[in-house]
Amino acid sequence: MADTHTATPYGLAHHFDDVEQQREAGTLGMWAFLITEIMFFGGLFLAYILYRSTFPDDFAAASAHLDWKLGGTNTGVLICSSLTMAMAVYHSQTGNKKWLIICLLLTMILGAAFLGIKAYEYHDKYVSHLIPGFDFHWTGHGSPKHVEMFYYLYFVMTGIHALHMIIGLGIMTVITVMARRGRFTPEYYAPIEISGLYWHFVDIVWIFLFPLLYLLGAHIHH
Amino acid sequence: MAAHIVGKKTYFGIFGALMVLTAVTVWVANFDLGRWNAVAALTIAVVKGTLVVLYFMHVRYSSRLTWVFVSSGLIWLIVLIALTLGDYMTRGWVKIAQ
Repeated sequence: MADTHTATPYGLAHHFDDVEQQREAGTLGMWAFLITEIMFFGGLFLAYILYRSTFPDDFAAASAHLDWKLGGTNTGVLICSSLTMAMAVYHSQTGNKKWLIICLLLTMILGAAFLGIKAYEYHDKYVSHLIPGFDFHWTGHGSPKHVEMFYYLYFVMTGIHALHMIIGLGIMTVITVMARRGRFTPEYYAPIEISGLYWHFVDIVWIFLFPLLYLLGAHIHH
Repeated sequence: MAAHIVGKKTYFGIFGALMVLTAVTVWVANFDLGRWNAVAALTIAVVKGTLVVLYFMHVRYSSRLTWVFVSSGLIWLIVLIALTLGDYMTRGWVKIAQ
């Protein structure tokens, strides 16, 4: 492809001086996007903080109905997927195509496992009549209206997080196909690095969601 | 300047720390510490998030400009939360007509 232009490094777009500058620009662009994501999720976390500080006991009672074992397992699954994602970047930097693809596939499998567990939890909430605004029936402790507010926040926050996971799986699919076709070199791996930034960000959102949503009522059983 | 390659050992070390901290946050939640439950949970989450940002997302090895980008996002998040809470938490301090 670039045989007649040996002076142009592989993967370098014409408007950049060198691959390093291009990678730096891509990283900054991704961070600019992630900052908008921080503000987006930040608004939801703020809404959660306000309602929780207003109705602490109702929120603890509502939280106790969530299964912290499933939420905790999903936390572990996502941390594992972040490790495999980080290792994918490592193997792309060291030019190990086989392990790059293995790591990307592992990341996708773990991401899918997360969504599977999440779907199981959503189904449990559906069966337990805990879908706010649709079929909500609360007989436990606390004001049903305030508990319902907890579940509004739970479904919006975890739902949008799950949507980010689904988009992440789509990105990983594209990156894996590109990797299989040998599109990356130890010099040109920016797409993997930048996709990784997105994947890790979604992991961080869950790192905050898990204790805030699942562990609030954990001491009630003891 | 060539990109900094973060080693396998660092990645696995951070991974181990994240898993341990997850176990700690679950363990701490079993005690009724009143409002300190939230403090403990958020402190651990902030530490975990910081580890991911610095090592998995390579910010520790990135340019000053990247640091500025990341910090600006966090500063605006703090402004968002601090100013709103400053309003909500002080509403009962003065007796004025609602």
